[in-house]
Amino acid sequence: MLELKNISFSAEGENGVKEILKDISLKIDNGFVVITGPNGGGKSTLAKIIAGIIKPTKGKILLDGEDITELSITERAKRGISFAFQQPVRFKGITVHDLISLAAGKDISIAEACDYLSQVGLCARDYINREVNASLSGGELKRIEIATVLARGTKISLFDEPEAGIDLWSFNSLIKVFEKMHDNLGGSIIIISHQERILNIADKVIVVSAGKIKNQGKKDEVLPDLLGSTDMGCRVLIEKGEGK
Amino acid sequence: MNNTELELLKIIADMEGTPEGAFNIRSNGSLDSRRVTENIDIRNKADNSGIEVVIKSGTKGEKVHIPVIISETGLKELVYNDFIIGDNADVEIVAGCGIHNCGDEESRHDGIHTFFVGKNAKVKYVEKHYGKADGKGESNMNPVTVINIADGGYMEMETTQIEGVDFTKRSTKARLSDNATLIIREKLMTSGEEKAETDFEVELDGENSSANVVSRSVAKDNSYQLFLSKINGNNVCSGHSECDAIIMDNAKVSAIPEITANHLDAALIHEAAIGKIAGEQLTKLMTLGLTEQEAEEQIVNGFLK
Repeated sequence: MLELKNISFSAEGENGVKEILKDISLKIDNGFVVITGPNGGGKSTLAKIIAGIIKPTKGKILLDGEDITELSITERAKRGISFAFQQPVRFKGITVHDLISLAAGKDISIAEACDYLSQVGLCARDYINREVNASLSGGELKRIEIATVLARGTKISLFDEPEAGIDLWSFNSLIKVFEKMHDNLGGSIIIISHQERILNIADKVIVVSAGKIKNQGKKDEVLPDLLGSTDMGCRVLIEKGEGK
Repeated sequence: MNNTELELLKIIADMEGTPEGAFNIRSNGSLDSRRVTENIDIRNKADNSGIEVVIKSGTKGEKVHIPVIISETGLKELVYNDFIIGDNADVEIVAGCGIHNCGDEESRHDGIHTFFVGKNAKVKYVEKHYGKADGKGESNMNPVTVINIADGGYMEMETTQIEGVDFTKRSTKARLSDNATLIIREKLMTSGEEKAETDFEVELDGENSSANVVSRSVAKDNSYQLFLSKINGNNVCSGHSECDAIIMDNAKVSAIPEITANHLDAALIHEAAIGKIAGEQLTKLMTLGLTEQEAEEQIVNGFLK
């Protein structure tokens, strides 16, 4: 189980120090958790704090009771946290097969690597020996990124907006990937997403807005409130008193 | 041959024992062994300044190995080797120089290789440079390659130097006739106080001739690299040169491209990029469980693969 205790994060911005996360406390059990909310609300920051890419200004992170707040990215990865980037990274010279092998932590056969690629809807034969470089499209990279998380098969899998940059056709197969992960679930899958179809398969939905947890609970409890939320209105109009 | 020399041979020419086909092994300044075949002759030049490799027209699928090794400290040599590749031949030439300098004096091999690639012939030329020192003596190499490609000829040159050579100045000059193609791939890694200079100069004289010069390099510690590439388009032709370098520690890298179109239909492109390893690349590999150092190694190895 992953537990966040009183997590805050501030960063230097153009207008001085900005508080991005404000005292967030959260328990994530095994299951399918979707974090949603408006852009700029702090969702990606939260995911990066869990993966260890950024350190919180205040608060603690516990993984199965162990305090991992001070652990590096590598140590957290070894303890079973995986993270699929919103914008996948490109590497000259490293092939798709190399990357999936690195993710799996061992030299895996082409057949095994192909299996992960087919799960994300890529025809493995066409991709296995290609370099993870600029010759791949954003959508292709995104699916390879998801395949690396599948290959790791850890107890915590974090996905930052997996649907971003993926076309509608691929999106359908992406939903199937997550449905399958959900069915074979051993740990927690945490997805940051705006997509209703991803929200639909969540066991728990957490709404993060303006650096705080606005709401959390079962999909049916959170969704109606979310879709009818006044937060989605125009801030300028609200400030002028003309908005809702 | 002792174990050190056998190890050098394996590294620079992938040779274990005697290779198949024609070969000429030069060790510590003199001929160690040689084999010629029906289609490939290797002979000393009349003035004894080097060797001549003559490949008969139409020879297909044969390989020639011509490694040079130096294991004596303080040995300096200069050789002139010529390669005459007959029309329509299709062959692979594996050269390479390995220096194991066990003493404190400079060891140096300077080779001048001149290629005459016949009409519609196809050559793959692989060259590896490797140095290892136990003492303070420097290992230096200054390879000069002169390439002449006749109509419809094709040459692919793969040159690799991964650490251990203290100073190297590589100079490659090529002249292409009609429909000739030249592809050069350079892989270079320098560390410590090493210095490496590369200078490519390609004359695209022929109609529809084309050249692609690609260099990938990694500079570590206090090493220095200079990459010069000059492509002159003198006809309807296409030329592309690319220098991509990763810089680490206190290393310095200069890339100086020069492309000149002397013809309206010369299409020339140059790309050069120098930069350190991107932080997000390290982060990504670390999220897969690699340490920062392991991530760096993977990125460098992949880049030079």
